[in-house]
Amino acid sequence: MKSFIPVARATGVMLLVAAGALSAQADQKLVPAQSEITFVSKQMGVPVEGRFKKFDAQIVFDPAKPDAGKIAFAVDIASATLGSPEPDAELPKATWFNTAKFPQATFQSSAIKGLGGGKFEVAGKLAIKGNMRDVVIPVALTQSGAATVASGVFTIKRLAFKIGENDWADTSMVADDVQVKFKLALAGVGKF
Amino acid sequence: MKSNLTISRYNGISIALHWILAIALVAIFVVGLYMADLPFSPQRLKLYNWHKWAGISILFLSIVRLAWRLTHRPPVLPQSVEFGMPQWQLRVYHATHFLLYALFFIVPLVGWAYSSAAGFPIVVFGVLPLPDFVEANKELAELIKPWHQISAFALAGLVVLHVSAALKHHWIDRDGLLQRMLPGRSRTPSFRC
Repeated sequence: MKSFIPVARATGVMLLVAAGALSAQADQKLVPAQSEITFVSKQMGVPVEGRFKKFDAQIVFDPAKPDAGKIAFAVDIASATLGSPEPDAELPKATWFNTAKFPQATFQSSAIKGLGGGKFEVAGKLAIKGNMRDVVIPVALTQSGAATVASGVFTIKRLAFKIGENDWADTSMVADDVQVKFKLALAGVGKF
Repeated sequence: MKSNLTISRYNGISIALHWILAIALVAIFVVGLYMADLPFSPQRLKLYNWHKWAGISILFLSIVRLAWRLTHRPPVLPQSVEFGMPQWQLRVYHATHFLLYALFFIVPLVGWAYSSAAGFPIVVFGVLPLPDFVEANKELAELIKPWHQISAFALAGLVVLHVSAALKHHWIDRDGLLQRMLPGRSRTPSFRC
């Protein structure tokens, strides 16, 4: 297990939150250094994990009034890595993410539903490689020091977004289901 | 006199395991050589996984084979062959067999360790996940990698030596030693006393 929040960072976040608290909820921010988005695809049954190194979000969210919340998310697709140079050289190519033409994947929420107990369902539109799909993402909020951590897991169908075309569309080689896991540290959401 | 003419053979299970593994080892070695230089492609991914599945199958069959050999003594060398060989040849003969068996285990285990270290756990036939007995660690993977190749080449070298020796006995010495490992009915001499 990774240590969740190094003390120095936590202190920084607390200062940030303390400053943010003065201006109510005007300053809700993603803390990228403490956040991660990973994905697991299966290659002939073998789970292979990758992650995005660069992403950002705009958040307007009050856990007490989830319906009024809005979340916009952008992932820098070229920051995807599987952890070894060979496949990483392939990911930006047209067959996979085509990052030259589609540098960003975006998510725009349309409705946020509170399920109680810090759990929410965020419905919205996910766009990757120029293909837009409706998704419903389960999110659980936990408090970690001053930061609010939003985490969840959802599954997308890679072929619905044309990720892996031609020879690579064969799902016996690379499964259609790709599991996306996220853990996002948010500053300024406030305790709930 | 009869005992000198009838050569005692390996039993059926030993013969079957010998030839199945002989074919499997040659095939996996050739695939290993070929796939290592392929560019990133579905073909490469497929061959790598087949290679791993085959390697684990060979490891499993080698365990069975070793257990079988330890519980079923192989036939002794015909006296004419044993006494016809210089001492050094006998030593090389025993050492070759010992090293062959050692490498039947070493080569796949090192390959498995490399795969684990490289962050690709082995899932046999795409359904049976094997445990990682070394941690995923890129530096460790790079340290292990050459040893899979080195041990595989050592095994290939021993196989060449083993086959050469068998053929020498068959074609040059004409002592019928190869018959002990050939499938089929045992061939007793065509004449009777």
